[in-house]
Amino acid sequence: MIKITDLHVYYGGIHAIKGISLEVPKGKIVSLIGANGAGKSTTLRAIMKLEKPKEGTISYRDQDITFEKTQKLVKNGLVLVPEGRRVFTNLTVEENLILGAYARKDSDEVHKDLEWVYELFPRLKERRKQKAGTMSGGEQQMLAVGRALMSKPEVLLMDEPSLGLAPLIVKDIFNIIRKINSLGVTILLIEQNAKVALEISDYGYVMETGNIVLEGKGKDLLEDENVKKAYLGA
Amino acid sequence: MSLETFFQHLSNGLALGSLYALIAIGYTMVYGILRLINFAHGDIFMISTYIVFYGVTMFLMPWWVAFVVAILLTGIFGILVERVAYRPLRDSPRISVMISAIGASFLIENLAIVIFGGRPKAFPIPDYFNQVAHFNTISIPFANFFIPIVTLTSLVILLFIVNKTKTGMAMRAVSKDYEAARLMGINVDNIISITFGIGSMLAAIGGILWGIKYPNLIPLLGIMPGLKAFIAAVIGGIGDIKGAVIGGFLLGMSEIMIIAFLPSLTGYRDAFAFILLIAILLFKPSGLMGQNVTEKV
Repeated sequence: MIKITDLHVYYGGIHAIKGISLEVPKGKIVSLIGANGAGKSTTLRAIMKLEKPKEGTISYRDQDITFEKTQKLVKNGLVLVPEGRRVFTNLTVEENLILGAYARKDSDEVHKDLEWVYELFPRLKERRKQKAGTMSGGEQQMLAVGRALMSKPEVLLMDEPSLGLAPLIVKDIFNIIRKINSLGVTILLIEQNAKVALEISDYGYVMETGNIVLEGKGKDLLEDENVKKAYLGA
Repeated sequence: MSLETFFQHLSNGLALGSLYALIAIGYTMVYGILRLINFAHGDIFMISTYIVFYGVTMFLMPWWVAFVVAILLTGIFGILVERVAYRPLRDSPRISVMISAIGASFLIENLAIVIFGGRPKAFPIPDYFNQVAHFNTISIPFANFFIPIVTLTSLVILLFIVNKTKTGMAMRAVSKDYEAARLMGINVDNIISITFGIGSMLAAIGGILWGIKYPNLIPLLGIMPGLKAFIAAVIGGIGDIKGAVIGGFLLGMSEIMIIAFLPSLTGYRDAFAFILLIAILLFKPSGLMGQNVTEKV
């Protein structure tokens, strides 16, 4: 679904991504792990055109999207759940969800999807009239995921969905990711929490200072001595 | 002071306050979305009065056609100002945009002097608005009723757009976090244009009403009302639409009442607005309606 070839991105003056290549096959969960500052977020931001790629190509469904506009990508089913949730705290929960469907024209379907998201996250239904800013971090993360689902994604890019959440809620979130994937949504996941991420991933890439240093099946990476030492704390 | 004159002052205060409110909304909307004080806003307001003037005197439009044309053209003019002066600086430091705003304001003022001429022109007031209503001994110009009604109607429509429509929702989203808004598939530039368009159209409505009440047109006529409306927006809590309206009414009313009760201070009328601004900035910088928002991280 997504194919990145020899991508270079500069972030401010820093050479943040130094020629990475990766592939996300349809229907799979692929994770990108690595320490803070390795360039994981920048990679996702470059896919969504929140950062401008300097060199290299990004393709989506076999089409070159290296310079495509963000809004067009969203319309075509490429959706990012940003780091730190970034829900609209000044809007109600329901307004946030409806905005998720902003690019869609099929209003009947949107309504159905809204009910579906409420089924998936009953907590959001309880709080639909509440301002998003009044909810807890975990609830906001659910809202961020629900909002992204309202865009009808084919590929969901997720930037640190477990950030700042209690272990029990992290488990919830990852169960939901798996559930979404089982419905046919391809997922590219970024995590510092390498263990949880690799456990649910079909394939994984390890990033260090702007380069991909290791890749392999999720299970294999979990067993890898270097990964264990550097990221799994074993 | 007799009760009659008090009512007259009251109606004048309401009218002036309405005018400040209409202009202040434009400041507050643009600030809400771009965190920018659009210094050219007062000049956009001025342009609308001249469009009516030329529409009626040169193109011989009926007054109501001229009003509609002025509102639409001023809206487009506001969008144009954003395109030319602010959009190219979208990723620049805020101070550059602010300087560009001041530049845009001076440019419009001076172009207006060159194009319209410095000599005052008379706003063509339709006879209808020139009437005066008499209640016993109190006589109140029609405009004084008309102005607050138009202002409140515009406010209701605006609040409907902002709170109930998809575009309004997008405007609120963009004002909170425009990167996240982009990730929803919102075209942020379009939303910013719409915001400038709406703000400028409201300024045009204010301009037309201003012309009816104060028909003396000069190219620099936007400066003082612009500054006052900016102060009104700050008093109300900049970024908050209802706050801007409350601030406008408060400022207009107090200006008129000061003159009414203390005629000897008439000369300090403008100074009063600025003293009020300083006081607000000192004691409640977030304004009357502004809250210091705490957010979860």
